[in-house]
Amino acid sequence: MNPSTLDLNPPPVADPGSPVLTEPLDGAVVRADFPILAHEQNGQRLVYLDSAASSQRPNAVLDAMRRYETHSHANVHRGVHRLAAEATDLYERARTRVAAFLGTDDRREVVFTSGTTAAINLVAGSWGQDQLGPGDVILVTPMEHHSNLVPWQLLSRRTGSELRAIPLLPDGTLDLDALPTVLDDRVRFVTMAHVSNTLGVTNPVAEVVAAAHAVGAKVLLDAAQSVPHGPVDVRGLDVDFLAFSGHKMLGPTGIGVLWARHELLEAMPPWQGGGEMIRRVTMEGSTWNDAPYRFEAGTPPIAQAVGLAAAVDYMQGLGMDRIATHHRLLAGDAARRLDALPGLRLLGPAADAAREGVVSFTVDGLHAHDLATILDARGIAVRAGHHCTMPLHDHLGVAASTRASFAVYNTLEDIDDLVEGVKHAQAMFGLNA
Amino acid sequence: MSDLSDLYQEVVVEHARSPRNAGVLEGEGVLRADGDNPLCGDRITVMLEIDAEERIREIRFTGDGCAISTASASLMTEAVTGLGVADALALFARFREVMTTDADPGATSADVLNTAARDATVVDGADVGHAGVESADPDSVPPLGMLEALVGVRAYPMRVKCATLAWHTLRAALPDEPAAVAPTTRTVPVSGRAADSVPVVSTE
Repeated sequence: MNPSTLDLNPPPVADPGSPVLTEPLDGAVVRADFPILAHEQNGQRLVYLDSAASSQRPNAVLDAMRRYETHSHANVHRGVHRLAAEATDLYERARTRVAAFLGTDDRREVVFTSGTTAAINLVAGSWGQDQLGPGDVILVTPMEHHSNLVPWQLLSRRTGSELRAIPLLPDGTLDLDALPTVLDDRVRFVTMAHVSNTLGVTNPVAEVVAAAHAVGAKVLLDAAQSVPHGPVDVRGLDVDFLAFSGHKMLGPTGIGVLWARHELLEAMPPWQGGGEMIRRVTMEGSTWNDAPYRFEAGTPPIAQAVGLAAAVDYMQGLGMDRIATHHRLLAGDAARRLDALPGLRLLGPAADAAREGVVSFTVDGLHAHDLATILDARGIAVRAGHHCTMPLHDHLGVAASTRASFAVYNTLEDIDDLVEGVKHAQAMFGLNA
Repeated sequence: MSDLSDLYQEVVVEHARSPRNAGVLEGEGVLRADGDNPLCGDRITVMLEIDAEERIREIRFTGDGCAISTASASLMTEAVTGLGVADALALFARFREVMTTDADPGATSADVLNTAARDATVVDGADVGHAGVESADPDSVPPLGMLEALVGVRAYPMRVKCATLAWHTLRAALPDEPAAVAPTTRTVPVSGRAADSVPVVSTE
């Protein structure tokens, strides 16, 4: 679809009780932009409900990457020839584009990484290793994706700092009232998911940031699951670090972003050594390049950066607010209709709570892996397991769950298929649906 | 839609809903191992007793898993009760062979079983420390019997681990040297996931 032809005044969203819902995005039209969705799965129309694991890419992204590879590729920041200049220009334009996407005009604050995981490990390995020691506390939450938990476990072990968790409420959401019990002036660093990849809920960033900054702690926001679902403004959020991946927001794999305040980046030591990140190298030692280049050792994922910028353009063409409304509507509809099935339990808050495009659930008598296999035979792709949040599943007393997650190309018809598929699976296992 | 009836055969669904030998064995001489599939969070504990003739006298399991892993554990306990340790390991080798051999396009389940029967004594490279496998007489390899109900899992590569988890855990519980059975309890902790390693029994 051509975003420029879109009506820029999105239709009003139906209230939750309304029997007829109108999708803010025309999912069927958007779907045509994604070539993979035209391919049948097991002879069925592909219903892709695993975008929180990795989303699909529109032609706009695939074309931009192919154009780069076929016309402009060379190494960046190194050559004097025309292609080297062209590649460098495209790569740096992508940085500028991402900065604007995050609500900042300071492109020096955007470090390209291989993904969210690498971005978080960069902060742990550079800022954390440099700043933390015995007596210091790192504050996390038990709902984190393993990629925002394990790096801090490793750092805690390396530096002798203490790892502490903000307690959760029984439904798995953050217990904000308990924050003062764990947030004291020994806390130097707080890291948290913006949106839970399992529950779909948005965490109370403003409250946590205010409390953390009051004791002088820095805050990292794992935005891997929020950037795909709506506008993210680093200045408004007032965080110190923010990480996200390209491949969960309609872009390619192998590219992600660490955004950090410039003064923090400038003071941080290098994480990985290599080309690009140095100013001068002698056999006696080296001096470092400025941020962000200091943190981009080696040849970066150039085509992927170009693809990420194209994904940003595509999403902004659709409208970030409209995407947010679309995902919330689909997740809300799925939560309500699934919740009405016998034996089905939603993970997280009640069905009418706001979910950012993610719904996880269990079905009594039906293991998540069996359900996912049965749905797959009907062309429906969902995630089954612990979704890299084992501590959260332990907290909820659930070994595994099924997750449906939504993107711009999903429609209410997809949810019809999902609900019918779950009923069919229950019938297969002799469960009274 | 692809046909799921080959995967979820009646026998499989029935064993998943009413698993045999589900429960706990306690006491001196009980061998035990925990298995964990970190991919999906499935966990199983296998407990067994071996008699003086090195036969599996009793076996029980507890766990939390999908229909395939639960049915496989249930069918396994029925299949190995009364078997010698070496024969149980040979049966595992055969079962694993059936589950992991690439199928010719168009091969029927019967073809697969026949091929696997010929290869049943092939020893997996990972099977170190189980001298009993090599010594098993090819002619005495027990037939798969009811385990054939699980052959449909082969068409679902992501699920093969579900079917073999119980067997890997059984192997971990068995004594390394069948000739030197000593009453021991070996427990592979599964609770320390926050630490630097996740104990994994399943290796396929």
